[in-house]
Amino acid sequence: MTMDKKTIRFTVNKEMVEVTVEPNALLLNVLRNDLGLAGTKYSCGTGACALCTVLVNGEPILSCITLAMAVEGADITTIEGLAQPDGTLDPVQEAFLDHGAIQCGYCTPGMVLMAKDLLNKNPHPTESEIRGHISGTLCRCTGYTSIVRAIKSLSK
Amino acid sequence: MDELEYFRPKDLSEALRTAESAQGAFKFIAGGTNVIPDMRSETLAPRLLIDLGVLDDLRYIRDERGTIAIGALTTISQILASDAIREKVPLLFAAAGRLGSPLTRNRATIGGNLADASPCADTALPLLVMEATVHTARPRGTRRDIPMDRFFLGPNRTALAENEIITEITFPKPGASERGSFIKLGLRNAMAIAVASVAVQLDLRGRTCRKARIAFGSVAPTPMRAAGTEKNLEGKDIDERLIRECSLLVQEEILPISDIRGSAEYRKMAAAALFRRAVQEAVSGGGE
Repeated sequence: MTMDKKTIRFTVNKEMVEVTVEPNALLLNVLRNDLGLAGTKYSCGTGACALCTVLVNGEPILSCITLAMAVEGADITTIEGLAQPDGTLDPVQEAFLDHGAIQCGYCTPGMVLMAKDLLNKNPHPTESEIRGHISGTLCRCTGYTSIVRAIKSLSK
Repeated sequence: MDELEYFRPKDLSEALRTAESAQGAFKFIAGGTNVIPDMRSETLAPRLLIDLGVLDDLRYIRDERGTIAIGALTTISQILASDAIREKVPLLFAAAGRLGSPLTRNRATIGGNLADASPCADTALPLLVMEATVHTARPRGTRRDIPMDRFFLGPNRTALAENEIITEITFPKPGASERGSFIKLGLRNAMAIAVASVAVQLDLRGRTCRKARIAFGSVAPTPMRAAGTEKNLEGKDIDERLIRECSLLVQEEILPISDIRGSAEYRKMAAAALFRRAVQEAVSGGGE
């Protein structure tokens, strides 16, 4: 028995897209494989590391444990959608570069999106609030210090 | 996760009718933060997912004078964003803040946390000590009210029938003399399955405990009330000696197992320590 594919639409980085997917298609795989947006990473596959973070209707979620069909019609932002169309980096991205907060780069898309989400909600986060907001996002390289410093530098 | 169908009902009635005609080979899904990982690890293998996440009219927090009512599809993030919960139900606020991570909380729902029925379900502990009621809907318009202390039957097993959906959770608003504390011990700052957790709600006049409600997570097949310890606290003045005495009682009442997160011995010691700390915090001002 084969599954019934369905054509679904949603907005990704401000562009309307249409994909034909099976019910068991995960949003992460649709973004990476169907749409070629490889910035969002496939890491643990269980929702434990948050390297698969994307924004759905403005809120960060774990795309490796979200069905594509469950976000039909939603407004999705991936890391590719953060910089300006002309290539100008977001201040969060600049801060990460300035503070050496990127080593292997694998956690960076997830960390940057969570930093952006935090600063949108709270422009003056304390270090404790920063660490709390990125507590779901695992980094194996930096020990988090440079990441926290980068985000703190944007806390005004 | 092979051979799957996904269905978005337009309302609660359609969800229930679809469940009935699926005759068991389905699973309700809301935020999916337990269901999808379970399906990927093949713990669950439903043929049909009925997505309750679209039922927006089951997302609300109402302060109805003496009672708080929370719609089952309310996300944990929505609970944390609620002024009413932060100010009037600090115990639930504390537990919600320790569930998963900011990302899981954006999708996870309070109804889903209860329906998944983990022995360490974070929102279950405050709801147990506040003696909450779980309200449900079944096909053909029937409804049920299940007291929280009769809701959990075993690990990942509840009193819910197959075609029954949680619609709302209600509980009495904690009074001015009620002080509580929630503490969770985990192996990570986020995304931690509790090694042991405790919620305490004490009705205090000075140091005299008029009423005690205590719940533990991860130390029994279900989130549990420590009824014997509660009785030992009630009507007495809380001092160090009584707290120590009760912490020994706690170790007798709980039924921890050894697993990858800790041994039964460790859990007994941890639960006793969390209990002592939670009671001390509740007595000296409450909240976590």
